[in-house]
Amino acid sequence: MMDESVSITQIVQRLKGTNLHSQLEKQAKECLHKPEIKLETLKDDVRRLLKASGWERKLQNAVYRELHILPPPGHPRAPPEHTKEPLAYMRKTQVNWEKRILKSLNSMCTELGIPLARKRPVAEQKELTNKWNEMGTDEPDLSKFRPVYAPKDFIEVLVGLKNPNNERSEDLTVRSHWGLIQVSLNVRDILQMVSLPFFISLPSIFLMSRHKELVSEQDSAAAQQYSRQGCPTGLRAQLWSLILNTTNDPEDITHYEQLKARVIHHDLLVDNLIYKDVKLTASNDDYYFVFEDYLYQVLLCFSRDTAVLEHFNYNCATPPKSCIQSKSGSEQCAVVYPPNGVIPFHGFSMYVAPLCFLYNEPSKLYSVFREMYIRYFFRLHSISSHPSGIVSLCLQFERLLQTHLPQLFYHLREIGAQPLRIAFKWIVRAFSGYLSTDQLLLLWDRILGYDSLEIVAVLATAVFVFRAENLMEVTSLASAEAVLADLSTLKVMPLLQIFLFATSV
Amino acid sequence: MSAKAVSCTIKSPVALQIGDAVSDSSRPGVYITDITLAEPVNIQEISFKNYYTAYLTVRLQRREDGSAKWVTCLRNYCLMSNPHAEAGSHDYFSIYRHQMLTEPDNVTTVRLILRQPSSEWLNFSIEEINIYPCAKEDSERDVPAWISTLTPVEEPLDLNGLPDPETVSSSIQQMWALTEIMQASQTAVEGSYDVKLLSYT
Repeated sequence: MMDESVSITQIVQRLKGTNLHSQLEKQAKECLHKPEIKLETLKDDVRRLLKASGWERKLQNAVYRELHILPPPGHPRAPPEHTKEPLAYMRKTQVNWEKRILKSLNSMCTELGIPLARKRPVAEQKELTNKWNEMGTDEPDLSKFRPVYAPKDFIEVLVGLKNPNNERSEDLTVRSHWGLIQVSLNVRDILQMVSLPFFISLPSIFLMSRHKELVSEQDSAAAQQYSRQGCPTGLRAQLWSLILNTTNDPEDITHYEQLKARVIHHDLLVDNLIYKDVKLTASNDDYYFVFEDYLYQVLLCFSRDTAVLEHFNYNCATPPKSCIQSKSGSEQCAVVYPPNGVIPFHGFSMYVAPLCFLYNEPSKLYSVFREMYIRYFFRLHSISSHPSGIVSLCLQFERLLQTHLPQLFYHLREIGAQPLRIAFKWIVRAFSGYLSTDQLLLLWDRILGYDSLEIVAVLATAVFVFRAENLMEVTSLASAEAVLADLSTLKVMPLLQIFLFATSV
Repeated sequence: MSAKAVSCTIKSPVALQIGDAVSDSSRPGVYITDITLAEPVNIQEISFKNYYTAYLTVRLQRREDGSAKWVTCLRNYCLMSNPHAEAGSHDYFSIYRHQMLTEPDNVTTVRLILRQPSSEWLNFSIEEINIYPCAKEDSERDVPAWISTLTPVEEPLDLNGLPDPETVSSSIQQMWALTEIMQASQTAVEGSYDVKLLSYT
């Protein structure tokens, strides 16, 4: 009960500072002019009118959104870093990993002689403003830049993650874990997932006809439930926006324009990293190369958005900082770099690319991407024990495979093709760039619907199960990778259904 | 919760295992830690930080009518729902009076029995143990509810009814201005954002 009232207080405090609060207050004031309002029943009448005009629903959606990103309740004596991540050895590994990234960025900066941030001269600002919608046509010299890190560097950190209080012998026994992840986290097995109506709710005619009402009712929670069975293509954009409670009000457009202005005024080193990433990944992809310009417009603004910093309330990662001397030279002040605290890595732009199929207005695309990042994607590249964190997902994949296809796992291990080394790149990108777009969007429907990234781990296992026969015949890591190189013909839902319901232990 | 912890002496844990503690290769699954209190205390709360203990049993020695009696006040309290997995292994816990099987009054010694049946972990223990006494007679908590409604209590939030719109809008404007300043100060110093190098802290 204590926890509940603390959460309620937190949510109300957060909503008090928002645009919604002032709008509600304005609406309430306008209600007072209506003739139906009586002084004796003022409170109830105003509430009734707000409900009828849809404002109560907006408030409900806002509260629902806050519940999604509320930091977990902690014990009063627990320090904040413990509440974000209780396991001390994971926090330590995350800190060391961040130090490595900082060193890499600093050395790139020193080698190239480029400052991490600089104000653009006026002429350059003008040029960029003119070119804003076609930044893709630019061909800057990016050969000197290299990504700060790639998934293959990150997997080594996760493989090296060890609990000092845990003794793992090298012996391969029936009871030991055959995979690369050496920590014991609670991850769900198939039985636990299907005992809830998890992942595969068969669409019913009744529910399908409701989708028009869903959009008109503007109910976040109902839209999220609906998304569990997949969204109709024509309504997906609206439904995702409803689930994430993103709006495209004048305030949101203004915020986006402000970010754009920040991009014009200051040039950041990470901008080059973003350019390089887009050129290396999305631009080379058959499905996404047309959206190159959108990707720049979203990612450059994303780097400047300090609103993203709030996700560090529940993310155990720490944003990088730098000391700036004030102009008078008297003070030193710590600022976050980049302003949103997130350093992009190789493949980062693939988190945005699929969304370009849904939204063509940059400010709308931006809002949806930002919300998806601060709810889900950040967990894919920070070290934590959260059930949707990358460590848990990798462990879940390995455990599912070892439990349900032990012969395959053993065979792959023997030929030096640890399954995680192949599946990791799929998991870290939530399959973006590996599945065909329509299938990917069906997968992401479920991520939103179930508010969890576990389905990514399950799909990775299902892919191995599907190609098990071919994999049993390969004799090297390279040939195993070749078998699993092309996932573009796979259909996500049948694959998941076969694995979850038809695979016997 | 601002009560101070009572001073106590925490003895080092004793392992319970069959066979010779030194030569036996298997690790103990039970530890016993005794905590002696300087004077008899009525316990309100015992708080601690877990380190891989799965189940906790608490026994108290109470001074009653001149003799000392041992009672169990908590039996196999689960700290880690799955003893083989990390969940709960580093968490902070508090055990309150109302959760205990018997009244923890006039307690002179507290005995903690720690169990960890899983062979996954090398060590397990309980750390940062604090014992908080009951509030004194004249503290705020014992004041009957109707008295506290007479004196205006400073509430950060008015959850009942709509607050006054004027104060709300002025405080929102102030908060907005403040967040703008804070955001600006996080991104720039006096309008400049000439970042040279990242710092390692």
